[in-house]
Amino acid sequence: MSANYILRRLFWAIPTLIGVAILVFVLVRVVPGDPIAMMLPPGATAEDVGRLRALYGLDAPIPKQFVAWMGDVLRGNFGTSISLREGVVRLVMSRLPATLELVIVAVAVACAFAALAAVGAVYFRGRWPELVVDGLSGLVLAIPDFLWGLLFVLVLGVLLPVLPISGRIDPTLDFNPATGFYLAEALLRLRWDAFADLMKHILLPALALALPLAAALTRVLKGSLIDAMNQDYVTLVRVKGYSRARILWRVALRNALIPTVTLTGVQFSFLIGGTVLIEYIFSYPGIGNLAIAAVNQRDLPLIQGLVLTFAVLFILTNLLVDMAYSILNPRVRQS
Amino acid sequence: MKDKITRRRFLQASGVGALSATSLAAILNSKIAYAESGKTLTIAYNTTLPSLDPTNSAKTSSPAVQSIFKAIFDPYIDQNPDLSFRPGALTKWGWNKDKTAIELTLRKGMVWHDGTPVTVEDLVWSLQRAGDEKNGNPMQFMWRKLGGFTVNGNTVVVDVREFEPALLKWLGFLTAYIMPKGAFTASGGVADWDAKPIGSGPYMVEKFERDAYIRLKAFANYWGPKPAFETVVFKFVPDAASRVAEIESGAADLTLEVPYEEYDRLIAKPGLTGAAYPMSDIGILFITDREPMLDRNVRLAAAHAIDKKAIVAQLLRGYGRPLDTLQAPEYAAYDASIKVKYDPALAKQLLARSGFSLARPIKFTVQTTRGYKPKDYETVAAIVAMWKKVGIDASIEVLDVARHFDQQLQHALAPASFYNWGNSIGDPSTSTGFAFIGPFAVWRSPDVEKMVGPLFVERDEAKRIAGYKAVDRYLAEQGYVIPLLQYYQPVVHKKTITFTPHRAGTIAPQTIRLAGAP
Repeated sequence: MSANYILRRLFWAIPTLIGVAILVFVLVRVVPGDPIAMMLPPGATAEDVGRLRALYGLDAPIPKQFVAWMGDVLRGNFGTSISLREGVVRLVMSRLPATLELVIVAVAVACAFAALAAVGAVYFRGRWPELVVDGLSGLVLAIPDFLWGLLFVLVLGVLLPVLPISGRIDPTLDFNPATGFYLAEALLRLRWDAFADLMKHILLPALALALPLAAALTRVLKGSLIDAMNQDYVTLVRVKGYSRARILWRVALRNALIPTVTLTGVQFSFLIGGTVLIEYIFSYPGIGNLAIAAVNQRDLPLIQGLVLTFAVLFILTNLLVDMAYSILNPRVRQS
Repeated sequence: MKDKITRRRFLQASGVGALSATSLAAILNSKIAYAESGKTLTIAYNTTLPSLDPTNSAKTSSPAVQSIFKAIFDPYIDQNPDLSFRPGALTKWGWNKDKTAIELTLRKGMVWHDGTPVTVEDLVWSLQRAGDEKNGNPMQFMWRKLGGFTVNGNTVVVDVREFEPALLKWLGFLTAYIMPKGAFTASGGVADWDAKPIGSGPYMVEKFERDAYIRLKAFANYWGPKPAFETVVFKFVPDAASRVAEIESGAADLTLEVPYEEYDRLIAKPGLTGAAYPMSDIGILFITDREPMLDRNVRLAAAHAIDKKAIVAQLLRGYGRPLDTLQAPEYAAYDASIKVKYDPALAKQLLARSGFSLARPIKFTVQTTRGYKPKDYETVAAIVAMWKKVGIDASIEVLDVARHFDQQLQHALAPASFYNWGNSIGDPSTSTGFAFIGPFAVWRSPDVEKMVGPLFVERDEAKRIAGYKAVDRYLAEQGYVIPLLQYYQPVVHKKTITFTPHRAGTIAPQTIRLAGAP
């Protein structure tokens, strides 16, 4: 994959983002709900309403508002949150790392589970471990992530209170990270106490997000592994005397990974969207929780900023998946 | 063979993995109980805090966040648990003879959290800032009535541009906090202020992570009683089920606003106790001045057909107080003699007078939120069922809070709409007054405006209160609004601490003590 190709992809992302911007701008204004009415107490006068509308630029016609907003966006200014009175970019950037860490841990857990389960099922093909893996993956897929979240809260938070069920870090812990990437920073600064505490807090929400993904990945990976095990090159290495386990791990898995990577990439984007409910259940301070607050308050600039952030993440993830795909598949790389 | 996976090895590996994960979790889990140490109090709180400016942010007008603000900042005047007023940053406050100015005396010896003294200059600046149009204080409509400040030692005489009978009570209401002029103006905006806010209250902010938690540390130089806990953590847990889990797992020492059925279950558990008490929050069925509510018979029939006692007893498990006026018993203008009796037979007669019956019911829409207040949707569903028995066929429309306010401001609510109304200062102007005058008024008619309007400028307090009682009686007679009940606030806490219920719903950490401690 050439740099030229990547640049071309990034260039074509611009019209997509403009389309998303127009759509979200119009949608949030069509949906009933007035941010100014939410802010003012009943004793306010009609003049107070008018003044606040003017203060936040909501008194102008929608096309005029859009032109002004787009002009600001092109200059890198996404506006100021109505409810939090802070710059949208700053707010989103302060929360995004928490969500990214959550999603990355969830994907890592899902991939690990899926690899173990799929390899195990194919290794014991036709025997009871395969049935167990198939049955469990079906069950896990049937239950949505937020229900897993509630179940974990109940079982691992209340009945066996072994893990914290809210927040990102113990509020009494003295850890002052310079960036929003707490986990990474705790590792780099060798703050093992902070790292352990962060892992404790992220484990349950990450597991809730990971399980349905792990089940889907297991199914795809298992199918690919079965296909790969029937290929000529596998027969060849089998003839050479490789063990079944070695063939599975060393030969078939790499070739079976291609569709799995594609699915992981697509799911990564959906997982970021899926954090909204999980972050709410676990009171996890990421962009999902920020999105809920923004919608509840009808914080129009913040909603717009968040939707654009989701769009950018989606585009970047797809690009990364394509790059990973070309690394794994020489035919794509050469073409 | 070295690489061979046997069934036994696979199962062993799985078992060891599962065991390790559980053990690791158990080992990592070092802190569950907090308050027992007497050092840290953890509160699983029901709302988030957008900003640490108590005078100018999205939720400054929300009663829910005042608990945190009152721990960090001093209100001009404070409130006792029964809603009566007591000194805060001000030790004296009052009107001059002709009620054209108020005189405020600042407490001596107060210091900000950075050690600098609280001055009269801070007081004047705080009041001026609150009234400045450019600053966006949501209560600016009240504070802009103040102007012309004359300082004399620790006392300030403030000219009142427009007479407001409840002005002194507003000094203990929303956004009424003294702020440090120097520290605030030196900060570089909301983010900087939120990182290092300075107040003069019993607790200092040690760390604030928006949407996650705020950690407070006791302020050694606070002028009032020393708080019992050195550290207080408010964890922001908006989901009620998660708050139940927090207290049940022992991760929090106190929580609030849990479902009433959960409240009953939790306080029966060993180690937990609680209090459910009336607070200044009322559930109301607003009536809009549109068809078919322009017909007095329909309005009154709708009111008489509702069995409020049954709603409280069966839906709220007794945790509520049926009300027939917009004033709760703790409010200044409560009149216990105002009654709207439950009388389905009368409701039928009233409807019959307008030509409606069980066979020919009157139809309209009733709106409600769902899950915003305890059993809000269920309450309205029960009311609809009660109405059906007398000849009212109402359809329910669920709307969220933002839509409710939007439609209220546009004067576009359905003929009946359920919502709640808080009024922690208990003045009738901030309940009956605001409900019927201004852009948020739902029922608008000249007869009510004629009665309420003069009360906003009435200088004789006894006459004003009597006037509001008369308005409330008239509203009940006309069926212009259907007050339903006063909510109870459920608070669950560990038995190791003591908690004093406050009618404003405030959870003040400075008043929470270790059980058995003085």
